[in-house]
Amino acid sequence: MIGGMNLQSGKITLPVLFLVPLLMFGFGYLMVPIYNVLCDITGLNGKTGAISISEASQLTMDEERLVKVEFTGSLNMYAPWQFRPEVTSMMVHPGKQYSTSYVATNKLEKPLIGQAVPSVSPGRAARYFNKTECFCFVQQSFEAKETLDMPLVFIVDPELPKDVDTITLSYTFFDVTDKQIN
Amino acid sequence: MNAAVAETDHHDHGPAPGLMRWVTTTNHKDIGTLYLWFALIMFFIGGAMALVIRSELFQPGLQIVDPQFFNSMTTMHALVMIFGVVMPAFVGLANWMLPMMVGAPDMALPRMNNWSFWILPFGFGMMLATLFMPGGAPASGWTLYPPLSLQGGMAFPFLIFSIHLLGISSIMGAINIVATIQNLRAPGMTFMKMPLFVWTWFITAYLLVAVMPVLAGAVTMLLTDKFFGTAFFTAGGGGDPVMYQHIFWFFGHPEVYILILPSFGVVSEIIPTFARKRLFGYSSMVYATASIAFLSFIVWAHHMFTVGMPLSGALFFMFATMLIAIPTGVKVFNWVATMWRGAMTFETPMLFAIGFVVMFSIGGFSGVMLALAPVDFQYHDTYFVVAHFHYVLVPGSIFAIMAAVYYWLPKWTGNMYDEKWGKIHFWVSTIFVNLLFFPMHFVGLAGMPRRIPDYAVQFADFNAIATIGAFGFGFAQLIFVYVVFKCLRGGEKATDQVWEGAHGLEWTLSSPPPYHTFTDQPIIK
Repeated sequence: MIGGMNLQSGKITLPVLFLVPLLMFGFGYLMVPIYNVLCDITGLNGKTGAISISEASQLTMDEERLVKVEFTGSLNMYAPWQFRPEVTSMMVHPGKQYSTSYVATNKLEKPLIGQAVPSVSPGRAARYFNKTECFCFVQQSFEAKETLDMPLVFIVDPELPKDVDTITLSYTFFDVTDKQIN
Repeated sequence: MNAAVAETDHHDHGPAPGLMRWVTTTNHKDIGTLYLWFALIMFFIGGAMALVIRSELFQPGLQIVDPQFFNSMTTMHALVMIFGVVMPAFVGLANWMLPMMVGAPDMALPRMNNWSFWILPFGFGMMLATLFMPGGAPASGWTLYPPLSLQGGMAFPFLIFSIHLLGISSIMGAINIVATIQNLRAPGMTFMKMPLFVWTWFITAYLLVAVMPVLAGAVTMLLTDKFFGTAFFTAGGGGDPVMYQHIFWFFGHPEVYILILPSFGVVSEIIPTFARKRLFGYSSMVYATASIAFLSFIVWAHHMFTVGMPLSGALFFMFATMLIAIPTGVKVFNWVATMWRGAMTFETPMLFAIGFVVMFSIGGFSGVMLALAPVDFQYHDTYFVVAHFHYVLVPGSIFAIMAAVYYWLPKWTGNMYDEKWGKIHFWVSTIFVNLLFFPMHFVGLAGMPRRIPDYAVQFADFNAIATIGAFGFGFAQLIFVYVVFKCLRGGEKATDQVWEGAHGLEWTLSSPPPYHTFTDQPIIK
């Protein structure tokens, strides 16, 4: 117990004391990868899963069950596009691969680069919603006034909780022309 | 450490003459005084901002300020009160009292001590200058959530750098406090013999060292997101704005205990003195403080229930938060038990300390209500939250600072303050502070949102009452200034012990204490 400790033996040196804030400054930055890994593992935050085509082919289709998948698209502030899903909803069998697309039109007279960010609702369905191909995996380049048809291939995991009958997939389109980060 | 001791040997002749004394001083008493004056000035600046807010909210509708400026006021009021008033005031008290309480000649690092203080006016100069910049002062709330906080005018980088300066100042102050307590205690003063004010500051200083750098990291990420193309919190670049809230509150929740733990220490000094009994449950007080500090690191997401988290997360943060009520309850119990059958007298410091116990507990109870995840969806971002944290910060921390100043002012100046006006200050403050914050519970439960300059007409009466309370409380603080100045100019001479029931090393020194004290360390038996 510290109660019995003699004060003279408990001396602390300055370098140690200065090291703590430095390490904690680093820890603040370390929280960024920790956060991303946690969200990936748990599917929190509506982050969707991505699987390869070979993995997708091993899932067995559940013919009994039909799940409604809804699509929405929205623009982040100042994103100069028209952006909408090709269809607003589909009925799908879990375990079967489906494809659809989103359509975006550059409204400006100059080239633009856009990035779509997905979110799935309800949040606990997120990790059962897997995409084998998605326009959100990479940045999309647009010529002036160009319209792009951007494909999306997805498969709903048959393990999806039984009480989920509707999944909403939402994309927000961001203008990243000024900051090209991969 | 030894350098500090050696240095005091060759200028034991008292303070240097002239104003440069205050700029170059390395004396813990001078620096403590500087911190306390700084906090008092900022208290009136932050208070003026609060009165702008309350004036606008006196009636529904927009009448005095435009909404952008209103939001600047809520943001700046919080930043000034947290970083410019409560923290510097407690650091000032620590500077004055810690060396005298542990029998040390000065703080362990006197030159760094000077630097910690003198960074502050520059940090706040920069922060307050944003009020006059194009685009106005920051208006995103003191939590600076992106993307809103990234959309301001040119004030933004100034705010970030001023937060960096304040962070550096408080980290250096905290390092100094840890080094002083750990290394400079008088022979025989073991950890479990330290006064509780020393203990609470010891733990607070560790909290500061641990979390202020996390805030610095978070605001640095905001800065690079805005100006250097990173995308920590920009969804378009793969980042996530919710992550900011997690990092911020990982700092933010320990921060609220940084603002309250030293108050616990102050009250634990004052109540035994005026109850003329030893503090009940000394060691449980120490362990309770340490438990609160530990728990503060694992409850941050209770600020974010409505942001969305899985059920298990909500349950964990809810129960962990409610657990904090246990060590806090231990403390309140011990204070009450100390007073039980004590020979109590009610001088001004005791009045403020008892006021603290009662009204801090009210804030504690509303805190337990807010901890309940399901009902938090109703309370989140309403005036109920405003009522909660103002009850723990104003009749909590601020009252404890007032109590401490009244308690130690005779020691610092050698003169007794005016007891009659001290008591008037307490009663006027207490009446108006409740008039100010209690109605906020009701409008909050009824759904009035915070940080909005207008409100539905059904909230009008309670808001009018709160505004009257705000002006009453604000102007009551002029009494405090009057009492302090009167005491500085003279008054009945204080004895060395000052208070009949006071115990501790600081009361063995003369009132006022000599410029250098305990150059020969006392021996504690």
